[in-house]
Amino acid sequence: MWDYTDKVKEHFLKPRNVGTIENADGIGEVGSLACGDALTLYLKLDGNKILDAKFQTFGCASAIASSSALTEMIKGKNIDEARKITNDDIADFLGGLPKEKMHCSVLGRDALEKAISHYLGEEEKKVEGEVVCECFGVTDLEIKRAVTENKLTSIEDVTNYVKAGGGCEKCHDDIQAIIDEILEKEPSVKKKPAKLTNIQKIKLIGETLEREIQPALEQDGGSIELVDVDGNLVMVKLCGACATCAMSQLTLKDYVESKLRELVAPELIVEEVK
Amino acid sequence: MRVIYTDNNATTQVAKPVLDEMIPFYHELYGNPSSMHNFGGQVAKKTAEARQKIAALINADPSEIVLTSCGTESDNTAIRAAITSNPDKKHIVTTRVEHPAVKNLYEHLAKRGYRVTFVPVDRKGILDLDYLYDSLTDDTAVVSVMWANNESGVIFPIEEISREVSDRGIVFHTDAVQAVGKIDIDVKKTGIDMLSFSGHKIHAPKGIGVLYVRKGTKFSPFMIGGHQEKGRRGGTENVPSIIGLGKACELVGEQLEEENTRVRALRDKLETELLKRITDADINGVKDNRLPNTTSIGFGYVEGEAILLMMNEFGICASSGSACTSGSLEPSHVLRAMGVPFTSAHGSIRFSLSVYNTEEEVDYIIEKMPPIIERLREMSPFWKQAQEGKLKN
Ligand SMILES: Cc1ncc(COP(=O)(O)O)c(C=O)c1O
Repeated sequence: MWDYTDKVKEHFLKPRNVGTIENADGIGEVGSLACGDALTLYLKLDGNKILDAKFQTFGCASAIASSSALTEMIKGKNIDEARKITNDDIADFLGGLPKEKMHCSVLGRDALEKAISHYLGEEEKKVEGEVVCECFGVTDLEIKRAVTENKLTSIEDVTNYVKAGGGCEKCHDDIQAIIDEILEKEPSVKKKPAKLTNIQKIKLIGETLEREIQPALEQDGGSIELVDVDGNLVMVKLCGACATCAMSQLTLKDYVESKLRELVAPELIVEEVK
Repeated sequence: MRVIYTDNNATTQVAKPVLDEMIPFYHELYGNPSSMHNFGGQVAKKTAEARQKIAALINADPSEIVLTSCGTESDNTAIRAAITSNPDKKHIVTTRVEHPAVKNLYEHLAKRGYRVTFVPVDRKGILDLDYLYDSLTDDTAVVSVMWANNESGVIFPIEEISREVSDRGIVFHTDAVQAVGKIDIDVKKTGIDMLSFSGHKIHAPKGIGVLYVRKGTKFSPFMIGGHQEKGRRGGTENVPSIIGLGKACELVGEQLEEENTRVRALRDKLETELLKRITDADINGVKDNRLPNTTSIGFGYVEGEAILLMMNEFGICASSGSACTSGSLEPSHVLRAMGVPFTSAHGSIRFSLSVYNTEEEVDYIIEKMPPIIERLREMSPFWKQAQEGKLKN
């Protein structure tokens, strides 16, 4: 079962602006039957202003909801405002989308871009770049854009946003290379240094707890505090909800440890101290 | 809200008589069947009775039954036992439409140096038997072929395949998780060495599985530990579930006839009426050689998850054939292996009934489905194009 927000459900069950516009001024068609989702967006404009927007969508609940949301967001806007809409804005409008479904918001953004270009008589952008994912016909430029704009760090993320890599998986190495290339340019805390000194390790553990783990625990009303680091043993204290919650073993072992192992060093062991 | 449950290939309701028999074993009769005292011993007697009922369902001997934690564990145990007992053989065979419990294990073994043959099926889901037999060599350690497919319901001719394979001295395993309780199974009439099934598909609880191991078959345990299950599977017995499974096996044995008459008639009515009312809809799989409770229908030009969520609004539970679990939205490997066109693979819905479904429920589904498909088609950019013959795909 997908964990959809009420807003997604509402826009799926009662989508706004379904249909076509006779003599539309701008039409944007993206996706295909083979891909599992497709959207055709119709715009009616007066000069710079979007007077009306309608859509037809083939796809899952979140594809339909994203299309509906998009039309609501752009009606009455002028072209410059509409062009600033990102896929994240569409997802935000719906109160968020499950990350596996982010590609639905990308579909909306792409259709909007195409429809506006069509209206302005801009040359239809030829498939630019080289196709990396043959299953879904996704190019290196599309992957680069998704990685940069959404700060993606894994192949799975890329699949969630632009579907690339979700089919036969043969392109996984190429996708990884693109991610590496971009991460190389923007070094982030996520990149683990080759070999850490003890001081570096403790500092990085502290940073990671604060940046990556604390916010997640806070959502459940808990928090985590670093007590000590002895070799590879990381001692932490859990406060608030997680300390009493029956899941505290799980939180610690599965979550904190796996995060630290991923982001700092694979040999770390986490232990709770009272 | 009212629930109309037609997703019995995913899991089933624990039958009331099954639950009733289990309950005393949680609180009153909690002894360990391995204990020396009478308190545990009385439990051992009951689990032995249950084992007899379990064996009887497939006409096996109780000593040939190994109880596990699920169908997946039974599959893993069987295939690993076969390759462990044949350490020099490096070729293994299965089909392209197996459940992940077998498919992913084979892919895992492929990465560890095994040569794997995945036998294809045709557009109707029928297995290419010549391809299978031609692939067998002296190097083949095990052949694993499911008895019935969980998505299409298509039944494979396991009696014939098992004899052909075992006549060549190769271990034969079948994943009969979907077949047991729905069709008559008599292991004595086959060449099956090992057979898996699972409690939660036949109105017993989740978390109990069965592996039948024919007497004389070389075996090595997957779960190493105590002497339970005659040393073939360590771990203190899941007593309440074993008791429940015994009762469930007795019940589904008695209900086999009803499953193949009344339930089959309901399934037939459901699919005939839906196809009558909804254009561009097709059954995935052969019509005759199929599980009596299952129908997988591909609705053209609409997407499965959207259909399911609209059905959900009416309390109707079923499954879709698209693996919506990943961003890729690829149709399931089963539908792809069958070559179901994209136009209907994405919109495939599997209904799987049980003896607890009524005709009134089927009528309700027949009434609710056409407007759902129509609504989604009205939204779909491909529907009109297809109607006008303009669809490029
Ligand atoms: C054909 C088949 N094999 C194996 C399994 C796995 O059984 P279990 O859920 O008991 O592990 C299933 C259940 O989904 C199935 O349908």
